[in-house]
Amino acid sequence: MSFAGLVFILIKIVVVFALLMLTVAYLTLLERKVLAHMQVRVGPMFAGPHGILQPIADGIKLFFKEDIVTKQADKFFYFLSPALSIVPVLLIFAVIPFGDKSDIFGLLKEPIDLRITGLRIDILFIFAMSGLATYGVVFGGWSQNNKYALIGGLREAAQLISYEVAFTLSVFGVVLIAGSLQLDKIVAMQKDMWFIVYQPVGFLIFLTAAVAELKRTPFDLPEAESELVAGFHADYSSMKFAMFFMAEYASIVACSCLGTILFLGGWLGPSFLPPFVWYMIKVFILIFVIIWLRGTYPRLRYDQLMKFGWKFLIPLSFVNIFVTAIVILLVR
Amino acid sequence: MTLPLKKERDEMILNMGPQHPATHGVLRLLLELEGEVVKKVVPIIGYLHRGIEKLGEERTYIQNLVLTDRLDYTAAMSNNLSYALAVERLCGIEVPERARVIRVIMAELARIAAHLLWIGTYALDIGAITPFFYCFREREKIMDMFEMVSGQRLTPSYICIGGVRKDITPTFLEALRNFTDTFESYILDYEGLLSKNPIWLARTRDVAVLSKEDAINWGTTGPVLRASGVQFDFRRATPYCGYENYEFEIPYGTRGDCYDRYRVRMEELRQSNRILKQALNNLPDGPVLADVPYIVMPDKSQVLTDIEALIKHFKIASGAFQIPKGEVYSSIENPKGELGFYIVSDGSSRPYRMRIKSSCFVNLSALPFMVEGQMVADVVAAVGSIDIVLGEVDR
Repeated sequence: MSFAGLVFILIKIVVVFALLMLTVAYLTLLERKVLAHMQVRVGPMFAGPHGILQPIADGIKLFFKEDIVTKQADKFFYFLSPALSIVPVLLIFAVIPFGDKSDIFGLLKEPIDLRITGLRIDILFIFAMSGLATYGVVFGGWSQNNKYALIGGLREAAQLISYEVAFTLSVFGVVLIAGSLQLDKIVAMQKDMWFIVYQPVGFLIFLTAAVAELKRTPFDLPEAESELVAGFHADYSSMKFAMFFMAEYASIVACSCLGTILFLGGWLGPSFLPPFVWYMIKVFILIFVIIWLRGTYPRLRYDQLMKFGWKFLIPLSFVNIFVTAIVILLVR
Repeated sequence: MTLPLKKERDEMILNMGPQHPATHGVLRLLLELEGEVVKKVVPIIGYLHRGIEKLGEERTYIQNLVLTDRLDYTAAMSNNLSYALAVERLCGIEVPERARVIRVIMAELARIAAHLLWIGTYALDIGAITPFFYCFREREKIMDMFEMVSGQRLTPSYICIGGVRKDITPTFLEALRNFTDTFESYILDYEGLLSKNPIWLARTRDVAVLSKEDAINWGTTGPVLRASGVQFDFRRATPYCGYENYEFEIPYGTRGDCYDRYRVRMEELRQSNRILKQALNNLPDGPVLADVPYIVMPDKSQVLTDIEALIKHFKIASGAFQIPKGEVYSSIENPKGELGFYIVSDGSSRPYRMRIKSSCFVNLSALPFMVEGQMVADVVAAVGSIDIVLGEVDR
């Protein structure tokens, strides 16, 4: 690879990383505002007009907080796990496309891919990375030597392993129809019809399993604040806590992007808006749904969660794959 | 303190509280866990012990009233009422009719406020965050009404020996009328979020079951007892303040689980609102304080203008009054259950003994029985469902 090519990729990485971090920061504000208005409150109002500077204030506060390391903690894994939980999520964004080939409103001479890099096995890579993210939480819960954190970490491990299966299987229907693991090809296949029409059950399984993967209500057992206080990040403070927090919100963005690409036609839409805007609208609709769930539902119990995952979601996704495969066989 | 539990090979002892979001105050629970399954629960109380019973022996009957505010601080008006009724029975004081109706209004408002707090925090325990804010919107209105009549929101000391401290104002009546007219629709809000929510049902149905026999044998009272299928309410069984004149139903459950306790309290909100409406329509005119010299505090406006009233006020405030010798037990239906005062008088201005029977304490003692063999999350659901206030448990 030439030197110019390397610089070009570096620029792309920086742009994606900066935009992602900005989105993550403002996602916290969005969540607080949306929840507040659902709950007859107004949310943050003091930092800037309508709390617009709140994420920055939060960031500064977290940065200057004392970084506590408890005596009983296993230092190596204690320091490792925040990084272990955020790096895989960031790696997912290496393969996620944000639009079709574009010359960015004529700024460039020839159109470029709106993604850092493409693989032939995009989807496989994403699932591999989301599987890796489990380690951060499990090590984090274990290394603190704190009973609440340990239970949180164990719950997390069991939950992620169970729902990873349904999460992966739910996408298989789309992969079967598209015949490709490449995200840009999957979007291109949806030119006539979004895959959510062919795969409504697949989409619902995807959304449910994604919410479970994200540890969001009603599947927020690993950090259930009324039972485990904070769960796996009980003893983390300052930037270590912030890294868990950022990982969590970056995963929300990642899952919403993935859902948009796989089921909602990605950046495709009527031409009066640029593709990137369509893409963002769809992503934020999914994010809104995830926040909305938090405002509505109570939390499941551990055994109910397991039962729901293994006895309902996974068999259902198998049936979905089976039916999809038969239909494809008959049509072709 | 040594642990009352011994650690076996595969079990984990988890210390829940005294500072834990789900224990509603400073309750400490020792859990013996095997994975997520609870083998044994030991509640440890006393973190909020202020010695209210002993303090009662050191203060005059009038001063003791403010101590009762601090028992179940979510429904302080009810506590005032129970204490006032006990002392009045001891002295044989007849309370004017208007004061009796005002007392009913205050007790029912306190019941609604306490139940609203419960529904909100219980939903939080189960993981739903939104109902909390809806409940507090209405609770705030009740708190404002308490402030109108007494100047205090949490600790009103409004219902006093001989009646109520001050007459209610037209502003209060209007606020109350607005509240009773709109409250039914707000109940539908809470029910819409919870009653048929499948996750809510999954978390509360058949969790922490207390059968009818066990509920009676443990001596539970209040919504916990009624949820187990016993239609028992002190307002009906031993009416006070003229509750026999009001039309209301006693809601009761059939299974005795957390969901039934939730349904019973939800229904009690409606019944309390019904009682409030009836009380509003039948509010008689007249004085609000009994005229019993040297026991009942005279009206403050008279104290400032009338020398006789000033002398009475001074004598009562300085403890120069006598309560007839004897002993009395009187109890009322608090939002949480039975709240009883057993007072022994030796003829002086201070009780010889003031014993408080708390339903929270009794109901809490049934907790280990309810949750053994269930999951950690069920302990949280169970502790929430029996609705304890540590101020009353520890006294």
